[in-house]
Amino acid sequence: MLLAIVIAVIKMLILFAVLMLLVAYGTLAERKVSGHIQDRYGPLYCGPKALLQPFADGLKLFFKEDIVASRSDKFLYFLAPMIAIVPAILAIGVIPFGESVTLFGRKIPLVMTDINVAILYLLAVSSFSVYAIVFGGWSANSKYPLLGGLRSAAQFISYELILGLSIMGVLMIVGSFSLVDIVHYQRHMWMVVYQPLAFILYMIAATAELNRLPFDLPEAESELVGGYHTEYSSMKFAMFFLGEYANMVVTSAVAVCLFLGGWYSPVAFLAWIPGPIWFLIKVVVIFFFLLWVRWTYPRFRYDQLMGFSWKYLLPLSLLNIVATGGAMLFIVGGV
Amino acid sequence: MSWAQLFFYVFAILAVIMALMVITRRKAVHSAIFLILAFICFAATYVIMNAELLAAIQVLVYAGGVVGLIIFVIMLVGAEEGEVKQTHGQWLIAGFVALLLVVEVAFILLGTLFRPTGALASKMVPAGGNTEALGVVLYTKYLFPFEVASVLLLAAMIGAIVLAKYKLKR
Repeated sequence: MLLAIVIAVIKMLILFAVLMLLVAYGTLAERKVSGHIQDRYGPLYCGPKALLQPFADGLKLFFKEDIVASRSDKFLYFLAPMIAIVPAILAIGVIPFGESVTLFGRKIPLVMTDINVAILYLLAVSSFSVYAIVFGGWSANSKYPLLGGLRSAAQFISYELILGLSIMGVLMIVGSFSLVDIVHYQRHMWMVVYQPLAFILYMIAATAELNRLPFDLPEAESELVGGYHTEYSSMKFAMFFLGEYANMVVTSAVAVCLFLGGWYSPVAFLAWIPGPIWFLIKVVVIFFFLLWVRWTYPRFRYDQLMGFSWKYLLPLSLLNIVATGGAMLFIVGGV
Repeated sequence: MSWAQLFFYVFAILAVIMALMVITRRKAVHSAIFLILAFICFAATYVIMNAELLAAIQVLVYAGGVVGLIIFVIMLVGAEEGEVKQTHGQWLIAGFVALLLVVEVAFILLGTLFRPTGALASKMVPAGGNTEALGVVLYTKYLFPFEVASVLLLAAMIGAIVLAKYKLKR
């Protein structure tokens, strides 16, 4: 009993440390990638290859003056930055990052908890991240954050639907809500081969849920100053930032589990590399893809954004479900 | 008292407190937050009763979706203009209906308290989890009510679109 608790705590600490490390270097990667895409160097001076830049950023944010908007709703104003980071930390609890290992004659699965409704749990906790943006926008009692918050709520509700429906195809093939089962199913072939449309829809919807370009209407600088976090400064602002990058890492990890074969190596002769390393490599690739998209495409107009979701993505995701059902029925023969 | 019972009472009491906070807060947005917390407490009690699917759906649909829409509407119509005070005299009717409800619930509770009916979810579910069990029941025994409910929802959806379009044209 005691040993089980100790193992669980160690796993938790490792997961949390890796997540925070990825978040810290995610911000550096963002600045480096954006720099090179725009034909400049990005950060250069903090340590070798600017590797200490995230810590310098953190220090700077700590020492900035913490301004509280005077006519804000204090309770929500302080609550919103906290909510921003919680969903991502809750979500890493169900993400499997390797086959179970045997240590001192004890079998340890490399996942915090393998619950049988893992996908639903992920969707449920990720639906909370909208509250951070909405409350942050509303509580500051200022018009630009409010507009940002409202846009975000509408956008989130639209794209949450696409995200859920795009996963349906995968669930129909595997027949389980458990992420571990889904990864095991992809031992020989990645799911993206069977579900290419679902993968594209998932990536689009995930980018929209993360409020990143080309879907970053809630924080469109040119029209809304900073959107929902206009009135935030210092560490409270940093919490929103941390939340965004932590959500990016988690979204990448879920995409890897659902579509890119989780911890399995793509080719047989590289199978000697341990599973968690493969998992990390795939997560970083998807993460880089998100950065790449952000610095390449211009922003949608707001009506285009809603029209795109309801008129094109929703019918496509329904088509994907029907097509998957038909394929299951006629090719595989029953479910 | 077992651990399951202990946690059940913790979350049950929390749920009641949160529900009370929902109806006593002056600001509509604060009420909405406590509504989210109440729904999460319900979900926790479902988990204790081994109904994981129901718990996940509870959080996903109610705490995530429904309250999200409520907050969206509160912000859109600006119900936060000053402190809201009830002025119409409906409290008498409301009190009467509430009393009726309390009597009904008490009647049911007293009827079943000493003769436990129904079964625990954990005993109803064979190996394979309650997602499969629910799916099988939904598509065999309760197929007709399930289809009726989906037609009802479809009708509501089309009705909403028609109403919105009608307003747009004028």
